Amino acid sequence: MGFKIIVLAKQVPDTRNVGKDAMKEDGTVNRAALPAIFNPEDLNALEQALRLKDRYDGSTVTVLTMGPPRAEEIVREGLFRGADGGYLLTDRAFAGADTLATSYALSTAIKKIGDFDIIISGRQAIDGDTAQVGPQVAEKLGIPQITYAEEILSVENGKIKIKRRLERGVEVVESKLPMLVTVNGSAADCRPRNAKLLLRHKKGVAATEWSAADVNADPQQCGLSGSPTKVKAIESVVFQAKESKTLDSSDQAIEELIVELITNHTIG
Amino acid sequence: MNNLFVYLEIENGKVEDVSLELLTKGRSLANQLKCQLEAVAIGEKLDKIGAQVFPYGVDVLHTFDDARLYPYTSLPHTAILVKLFEEEKPQVALMGATSIGRDLGPRVSSALFSGLTADCTALEIGPHEEKKEGKTYDNLLYQIRPAFGGNIVATIVNPENRPQMATVREGVMKKEILDANYKGQTVAHDVKKYVSDTDFVVSVIERHIEASKINIKGAPIIVSGGYGIGSKENFQLLHDLANTIGAEVGASRAAVDAGYCEHERQIGQTGVTVRPKLYIACGISGQIQHIAGMQESSMIIAINNDPNAPINSVADYVITGDIETVVPQMIKYYKKNSK
Repeated sequence: MGFKIIVLAKQVPDTRNVGKDAMKEDGTVNRAALPAIFNPEDLNALEQALRLKDRYDGSTVTVLTMGPPRAEEIVREGLFRGADGGYLLTDRAFAGADTLATSYALSTAIKKIGDFDIIISGRQAIDGDTAQVGPQVAEKLGIPQITYAEEILSVENGKIKIKRRLERGVEVVESKLPMLVTVNGSAADCRPRNAKLLLRHKKGVAATEWSAADVNADPQQCGLSGSPTKVKAIESVVFQAKESKTLDSSDQAIEELIVELITNHTIG
Repeated sequence: MNNLFVYLEIENGKVEDVSLELLTKGRSLANQLKCQLEAVAIGEKLDKIGAQVFPYGVDVLHTFDDARLYPYTSLPHTAILVKLFEEEKPQVALMGATSIGRDLGPRVSSALFSGLTADCTALEIGPHEEKKEGKTYDNLLYQIRPAFGGNIVATIVNPENRPQMATVREGVMKKEILDANYKGQTVAHDVKKYVSDTDFVVSVIERHIEASKINIKGAPIIVSGGYGIGSKENFQLLHDLANTIGAEVGASRAAVDAGYCEHERQIGQTGVTVRPKLYIACGISGQIQHIAGMQESSMIIAINNDPNAPINSVADYVITGDIETVVPQMIKYYKKNSK
């Protein structure tokens, strides 16, 4: 028997490869200088979903994303790798949302999609690193959550068995369906794009677009007005530069440094 | 009422360091707010918890003792905190930014519609003005955290909603006993009033948690490697140097992401914050998020073949050269010159 799987995925600026031009003179982020990518752990999540689809006949994988119109590319990327379809939640009303307003918006879209068994998302997105949206969506839908998943081991008799990777070990846990999983970066990498699917989905509309009104979202709970947290101040990070001594890698320079460290009891 | 609460993480009857660090910070914030510090222990066999936490200045310890509450699962712990917070109306609630706190915090904040800020690197108390609404607030919790890969630092406030919730990583705050004889009060709660059987839908079938073998937080000397190390094999060189001079091995996020070493060794805003007496950064370019986690080291040596690497600006000594050459030289001359 198959399962209805929803993958939550986010388009993010690639904060891991920040160049010198990523920050503007005034200390704000120069988004144009950062390429938009599929959030890495959401790719791990997509792979777990596609594996369930491979394993359990009749399963479907639907990608749900929220963002500006260009975030449709996230759904398209999902289609290239084997997802069946997807939705883009896009509306100015969602702008400025903190994690709580984001999870509210996503939960309304999931209710609109309707029937589902398993929701899978990455543990966290690299532009915020909060890991909050997954558990908050689960709470809004009133379903159990399993975070820090490394592998979905099985889904049998209405129960899902999952291996979690924690700071100092592993856990195997079991939950009933429907439920939500967030997947770690330590999980299997996502499969590459499939050549046939690439040709089929390269052009044309990839995602069904929904506005706030389409998903019956309460405007008061969306965007800035639905966000209990407010940004009071933003500063760009500047470190106090030290007077440093530059050495070459000659034997003499290294030996002198080591002797100095031993003499002043820094080492040894 | 309206006190400052800390959720305690407990493993094998022992309160985790991250929670004790938060109690220390919580005590000083509570003094500023002129309120009490309260702690919440959820698990089984909690009779020894009080002795562990009262010395940190805890005024009230809430215990929820039930065999089903250990090991941690999301729903029962959420149910307890949500109901307890509805009754006690804390102004601030803190928890560790760990796999437990980052699972529990968001769920609780969603249920209470209170704002939560993850992975704060500093917490302060101060006033705030919402200009649009013409409202001013005294004594809000400033939740200070890096964002955007560490390139900016944001100060977040929750003007209207309570509790003001924040998580903090292990090692960011310092743990310090306030008074070994501090007297607090324990309130043992009736678990049945807080949790229903339907909250136990997730069961833990297997569990292998190891006591941490890697102690970079407390190491006086750290040899740390970045993406510039190039391979897992080259990373062994750092272990060799560390073993020779009695150091612990750390890593940047890029090195961990590349699979060169364990995640537990990660130093920086998304890893551990360290303050050793000597930090040797090998092949680390110095992304802001890494520097933020090690800049308080007493002495920093940067080894890099890029003379313009950002890490050089915070280093006391910059060695320009290849890791494969410099690290073996350091080992050789340490052995030659140490007694």
